[in-house]
Amino acid sequence: MSEHRLDARRLLCPMPVIRTQDRIKDLAPGDILEVICTDPGASNDIPAWCRINGHSLLSCHERDGEIVLRIEVGGD
Amino acid sequence: MSKRKAVSLISGGLDSMLATKTILEQGIHVEGINFFTGFCVEGHTHAIRKRDQKKPKRNNALWVAEQLGIKLHIIDVVEEYKSVLLNPRHGYGANMNPCLDCKGFMVRKALEWMEENGFDFIITGEVIGQRPMSQRRDTLPVIARESGANDRLLRPLCAKLLPPTLPEREGWVDRERLHDFSGRSRKPQMRLAARFGLKDYAQPAGGCCFLTDKSYSDRLVDLWQARDRRDYELDDIMLLKVGRHLRPRPGFKMIIGREQGENKFMEGYRRQFMHMHTTSCPGPLVLIDGRPDEQELELAARITARFSQGRDQARVRVAVTDRNGVSRELEVAPLPPQDIAPEWHI
Ligand code: SF4
Repeated sequence: MSEHRLDARRLLCPMPVIRTQDRIKDLAPGDILEVICTDPGASNDIPAWCRINGHSLLSCHERDGEIVLRIEVGGD
Repeated sequence: MSKRKAVSLISGGLDSMLATKTILEQGIHVEGINFFTGFCVEGHTHAIRKRDQKKPKRNNALWVAEQLGIKLHIIDVVEEYKSVLLNPRHGYGANMNPCLDCKGFMVRKALEWMEENGFDFIITGEVIGQRPMSQRRDTLPVIARESGANDRLLRPLCAKLLPPTLPEREGWVDRERLHDFSGRSRKPQMRLAARFGLKDYAQPAGGCCFLTDKSYSDRLVDLWQARDRRDYELDDIMLLKVGRHLRPRPGFKMIIGREQGENKFMEGYRRQFMHMHTTSCPGPLVLIDGRPDEQELELAARITARFSQGRDQARVRVAVTDRNGVSRELEVAPLPPQDIAPEWHI
């Protein structure tokens, strides 16, 4: 299990979702990905994308105007 | 025999949702695919403007996939899409929408995905006669042929009006339980939605992207004319969705934030553009695209002042910051409203 980080700041939806999806492709089940973004839409879209594709959203909060999401990669 | 698999083009609208549901009901494993061209109508782009609007800020494609209980793969095709938009073999629709080439391109990308992932066929929500360009009896075969998908492309909503495709001939799906929708009426879709118990779906009016929008298309053409080059970057086409656009002189354009949400969004572009804002009173953020000379810069400052809260004051101070972040201040008289020519607006 390892921790990873994705900087999706300044990207507009759906780009943060696409980057998250492409990054998770290369991760193993149980890995943690922290995504940082600035588009407020991402706080809806990334959780929705996680639900659909079987990943768990551990947390989603705002920090200094940035949205930080922590995702645990699910098994297939 | 293992379960057959279909990949479904999900736009976020009702038709692709119904087409997918129709195939899911026949016991096929379906996953969705959605293409981001950069021109897609996104709830969030509207949300830039009105943060507290009542409509949910959702991505419709994701929402549809969740309602249907299928996976969704969103593919970034921004770069590849340029050649579709810039040189469409079949030309444009009413505005800058190259629908026929666009559909062919998307089905071709879905075909690549299908082959890479071991899927069997492709489904779309197309309906004969629904759209003037891409969904005509004579253009549906063009999409199937030019994409290379041929008879692996199934349109569940109008399949009964078309020759049987591979999934039908092989008995993977039962042709009798597909549909025969045609024409512009939305009634059959509404009825089917009701039968499936679907509510609250999105019904985009013109099409699935900004290219069917007249004023958006005008801004895109203006951009090409001003740069003397038909090309664009993602940032360019995003900014075409935001703010008031004014071209007071051929050599430069102003993008003026209309309210807080837009100003905030535009702040992200301050390093790429020369920009202005009023310092003696509250006002919008203004991005300047192009290379105004000193005189034009003063005109731009006067326009900026005109759109600030100091519009009725004799003098307003405007900070001008270049791309390197170097600022200076100009003191100008706000331009009287009657001096803003209507044709400046794009
Ligand atoms: S409306 Fe836009 S996305 Fe839809 S087919 Fe036409 S060009 Fe493509």
